[in-house]
Amino acid sequence: MLLTGAEILLECLIREGVEVMFGYPGGAILPTYDAMAKYPQLKHVLVRHEQGASHMADGYARASGRVGVCIATSGPGATNLVTGLATAMMDSVGIVAITGQVSRGSIGTDAFQETDVTGVTLPVTKHNYLVMSAAEIPHVVHEAFHIASSGRPGPVLIDIPKDVQTEKAEFKVENYPPKLKLPGYQVPKGATETELESALELIRNAKKPLILAGHGIMMSGAVQELRELAELAGIPVTLTLLGKGAMPENHPLCLGMMGMHGNAACNYAIQEADLLIALGMRFDDRVTGNLKTYSPNSRKIHVEIDPSEINKNVKVDVGINGDLRTVMRQLVPGLPRKTHPEWMAQIRDWQEDASEREILTHYTGEGLLGAQVVNDLWRLTDGNAITVSDVGQHQMLEAQYYPHQRPQTMLTSGGLGTMGFGFPAAIGAKFAKPDEEVWAVVGDGGFQMTLAELATARQENVPVKIAILNNSFLGMVRQWQEFFYEERYQSTPMVNPDFCKLAEAYGIPSMRVTKRAEIEQAVAFARSVDGPVLIEFQILAEEIVYPMVPAGNDLHNMIRRPKPGESQ
Amino acid sequence: MSAQPTKKHIIAALVENKPGVLNRVVSLFRRRNFNVDSLTVGRTHKPHISRITLVIDAARLNPRQMAANLYKLVNVVDVKVVSEELHVERDLALIKVRTDDTESYNSVTELCERYPTRIIDMGSKVAIVEITARAELVEEFIDKLKPIGIIELVRTGVVAMGRGTRIQDTEYEPVVYENGQNAVIERFSV
Repeated sequence: MLLTGAEILLECLIREGVEVMFGYPGGAILPTYDAMAKYPQLKHVLVRHEQGASHMADGYARASGRVGVCIATSGPGATNLVTGLATAMMDSVGIVAITGQVSRGSIGTDAFQETDVTGVTLPVTKHNYLVMSAAEIPHVVHEAFHIASSGRPGPVLIDIPKDVQTEKAEFKVENYPPKLKLPGYQVPKGATETELESALELIRNAKKPLILAGHGIMMSGAVQELRELAELAGIPVTLTLLGKGAMPENHPLCLGMMGMHGNAACNYAIQEADLLIALGMRFDDRVTGNLKTYSPNSRKIHVEIDPSEINKNVKVDVGINGDLRTVMRQLVPGLPRKTHPEWMAQIRDWQEDASEREILTHYTGEGLLGAQVVNDLWRLTDGNAITVSDVGQHQMLEAQYYPHQRPQTMLTSGGLGTMGFGFPAAIGAKFAKPDEEVWAVVGDGGFQMTLAELATARQENVPVKIAILNNSFLGMVRQWQEFFYEERYQSTPMVNPDFCKLAEAYGIPSMRVTKRAEIEQAVAFARSVDGPVLIEFQILAEEIVYPMVPAGNDLHNMIRRPKPGESQ
Repeated sequence: MSAQPTKKHIIAALVENKPGVLNRVVSLFRRRNFNVDSLTVGRTHKPHISRITLVIDAARLNPRQMAANLYKLVNVVDVKVVSEELHVERDLALIKVRTDDTESYNSVTELCERYPTRIIDMGSKVAIVEITARAELVEEFIDKLKPIGIIELVRTGVVAMGRGTRIQDTEYEPVVYENGQNAVIERFSV
């Protein structure tokens, strides 16, 4: 069958199982948009800014575990994708980005809307392609989806010159997918016997073991294995931010989140442990604090799919490069049946101390707290919604006050910390999981970075519920200024639009909440709307996210919230 | 010329001979803050495979970490830390040196007899000397020539190869598309 490059591209996307693409047309990608009419089974969502497209593809991928697809034109269209690609790269999210490029003959001439997109995106993609003939497209697309979704997932970009999209080439349906020839790309499998034995030996001898579970648990589908491992060997589990959902947070062995704004008990446990078992996490600086004083008395096992992560930040005793689920299944039969009552008692003491400091139990003020909003949202949605947070104080409050029981229900930009991620990613997540309740929990700062997607939500009638925690401040920056810059609130107060009127302008129903008593009604209202809906929660600007490990500080030296009666 | 411990590590990488591959490699070094002492690249006997040789400072960089990062690049087919095994290594320098009086002329020719060199261009004012040797020996030779008067100098950087039957190779053959063409560009293209 003789098809144009654009048609071949879309044929391949269908065969890769793509259902929806998020994109924005323009000159150099027009042949592909024109061909879309022939493939109505490929849904295209028109965004309002290409950054939104890349975050939507990302949210779709995180919620579904499948590859998200975004599409943009050359030059500015492609450069607008970059933030979303970098976000996906840092959090290991499989997306395929397709960009138009100027025609082959014009490449390198500074043609209109020309940018060296493979050059620009090289450091923020797992791999990228500049396709120089239509005949290459099936190979490139199949490789791109394979690379994006396998091993340590990540974004892959395919740059296609306009005249390659119109060039005709033979496409044989029966030959798709083509055989992969990727000699330099091998996906790690399991652990060796020696590695397993060394790891089991450490587990058998440990008195104060601790599991650090990360995003990899979800990506390798090892949720069941994690629970089995923890329960059999009686090992408590702490989660990274992106690891939330790896283990139900109401499980007695699950201690919740570690790190800069993690639970104090988790951080103390890390520092006191005699064995850390790091599973699919990468010892990010936000979870380790000062590396020199990090978990000083522990032996360390690190199971990780990316070999370059092993011994990168933290030197480990046993590094196992492999697929997490495979390795954990290998480990389970050899695990000792153990409990660690003394260790658990110690952890319970730390947890008790933390609960004495809990603001929700002793706050009597008038003003609304972000913590109250998130906690009530958790209660009113039975802890069962998919929440997509942005970046800042509200993100940490979401992580602290919305315990998740299921994997792939807490989506957030962890590694890159991309403000503006939350709302478009929530739209993507809703496309992936149309039957689930999806809440975008955003701050007033981040929301304004990508709020143009309100029009996308309206046009597609995406039933995403937007909760804006509006404190008229860049809250997390304000918190740093309060602690570390002598309360000089430079460029953090915000004069905001009336978010409810803004929603109205987009034809989106809305409600404003200023008191805790109103939360229940507002959430009920949001749940009753079949379409996008916006709730603005006006919260106190003075709220602080505790505990806090100041950047680079020792993990155990947290700034804690004072107990009632204690002075700051 | 041996596996004796040195302060340098040599890493050899086989890469697919596709456009942009060298860019991917150097971009990796820059973003990971990996400094390299030298980098050489050239095609192998297989037109679709090129070989990159890197020299890094062992005190500042862990060669295993470097190799793991290199191997993450999709177009990097194979990576070996050559300096961890028995190997041979060579650096080549072309040195233009002053020979405009009898003393300098004699010094240059005498020196050249004591090193693995060839005088490849000899004029009344300058000569071009080629030396092919281990990098340390090349350094030593350059130091000896300096007092005579080096005018211009170029070095290839180190290339290395495992001794004996240690072979770094790949069975991989490039993809052929429906139109019968393949992904290899028939010219040097890293």
